[in-house]
Amino acid sequence: MREQILTFLEKNSKIDLAELAVLLGSSEDVILKEVQAMEQEHVICGYHTLIDWEKTNSEKVTALIEVRVTPQRGQGFDSIAERIYNYPEVQSVYLISGAYDLLVILQGKTLREVSGFVTDKLSTLDSVLSTATHFILKKYKDYGTILDKKEKDERMLVTP
Amino acid sequence: MRNPLSQKVLTIEPSGIRRFFDIANEMEDVISLGVGEPDFDTPWHIRDEGIYSLEKGRTFYTSNSGLMELRKEICRYLKRRCNLDYDPAHETLVTVGGSEGIDIALRAMLDEGDEVLIPQPCYVSYLPCVQLAGGVPVIIELQEKDEFRLTKEELLEAITDKTKILVLPFPNNPTGAVMRREDLEAVAEVVIEKDLFVISDEIYSELTFQGDHVSIASLPGMWERTLTINGFSKSYAMTGWRLGYVCGPRQIIDQMMKIHQFAIMCAPTTSQYAAVEALRNGDEDVARMRESYNQRRRFLMHEFQRMQLPCFEPFGAFYVFPCIKEFGMTSDDFAMRLLEEEHVAVVPGTAFGACGEGFLRISYAYSIDALKIALARLEKFITRLRNAA
Repeated sequence: MREQILTFLEKNSKIDLAELAVLLGSSEDVILKEVQAMEQEHVICGYHTLIDWEKTNSEKVTALIEVRVTPQRGQGFDSIAERIYNYPEVQSVYLISGAYDLLVILQGKTLREVSGFVTDKLSTLDSVLSTATHFILKKYKDYGTILDKKEKDERMLVTP
Repeated sequence: MRNPLSQKVLTIEPSGIRRFFDIANEMEDVISLGVGEPDFDTPWHIRDEGIYSLEKGRTFYTSNSGLMELRKEICRYLKRRCNLDYDPAHETLVTVGGSEGIDIALRAMLDEGDEVLIPQPCYVSYLPCVQLAGGVPVIIELQEKDEFRLTKEELLEAITDKTKILVLPFPNNPTGAVMRREDLEAVAEVVIEKDLFVISDEIYSELTFQGDHVSIASLPGMWERTLTINGFSKSYAMTGWRLGYVCGPRQIIDQMMKIHQFAIMCAPTTSQYAAVEALRNGDEDVARMRESYNQRRRFLMHEFQRMQLPCFEPFGAFYVFPCIKEFGMTSDDFAMRLLEEEHVAVVPGTAFGACGEGFLRISYAYSIDALKIALARLEKFITRLRNAA
């Protein structure tokens, strides 16, 4: 049941729980209890909105920054990751296998703001060995959603 | 000039759905609940395989009965899902949709005057195909009280000494009815006793929401009397690819092959390559779509209950078949007024046989959001009718 609820909420966090209960053949009470429990347990960590900022007037720059770091004794990568993720402009921090260690996703207003963060804050951290910054030019698909998709029913209106 | 037409073709009635299509097509802002095909796109990995086959230049005919690779996958699939054993070399024929299978099966099996039992309401093509093959269609009118299942008694009553074939269209379009194992066992008993054959159209077999689908050919004594027809249209959302198959005893398949090779040559090659991928790696897609249909089905049943629109709970295909007898008008009038007044297109039950009178076929091959809008309009319409009464 939990997995089914989560599958729905992941796609549409605004869904009415009474409606969800109908779709899953359950009762609103049961669904509500499960959702509340999952919020408490931090299985559900938040409800967000997927926005195509390109279509708005606000300027935003997103960068993916590959960061190579020296892991610290006794703490591995956790403490350096924490130092980085505490910056509010940092959207995501992942520990990655392969050629570098941390992938940092950063959102800023301008190119200068992002590069300033990298040169002033990120590169100067003791355990950071090197960084490589990639700016996102266009988002085609985000969180499983094709951003520019035109939904049109191509089917004939009535068929046997 | 002489009459260019055959008497036979002139006796065929045009599909009752056509008229609705023409009117709905002229209107703007129509919300349709009238389609008989999935709203999902064919899963990308399947489309990709079709594209890849084109890129590789696989643009030639395949063998008449279809790619051996595909026939093997079909047989593995039927074993896996329906517990059926067929030989890919002689007992499997790949067709242009399930529809071609129905047509050539009847043409291969019927002599002039042979009777074919057709339980209605049902899909629109069995009856004309029987007529074109020289057979005589005999209608069995299924009852709502039986949840539109075929009963042993109804079957016995319709059989004469000319009866040769029973068409078994379950899960059913338009009612959504399914035949449970015990229902099929009762039918099989009669079929064997009366020495009949069954053409089992199982195109909706993957869309069964309560218990697993049971193929009648898997029951004792039925394999040798059954043609199992299935395809990719509904389960894999591949209607436009036009691909289906027929499996059955070699004696029948061999003769169907003759008609198929002269009339069709072979099913589309691109579609066949895509279908191999569907059968190999498509189980999860099928499960995902089935779950989605089931959610919409629950949603519709819940809404009908709220509106107090009587409807038996169907457990198959993607249709519900609510009863509109309380409004005292024909299905045709109801559907026409609903279309004109609220711009919602549904199919009157009578398009699927006279006994569909008093019912509507509503398809739930639509997103929940689309269903919500359509149902709000339907509710407005029936509230108006009730208030006027």
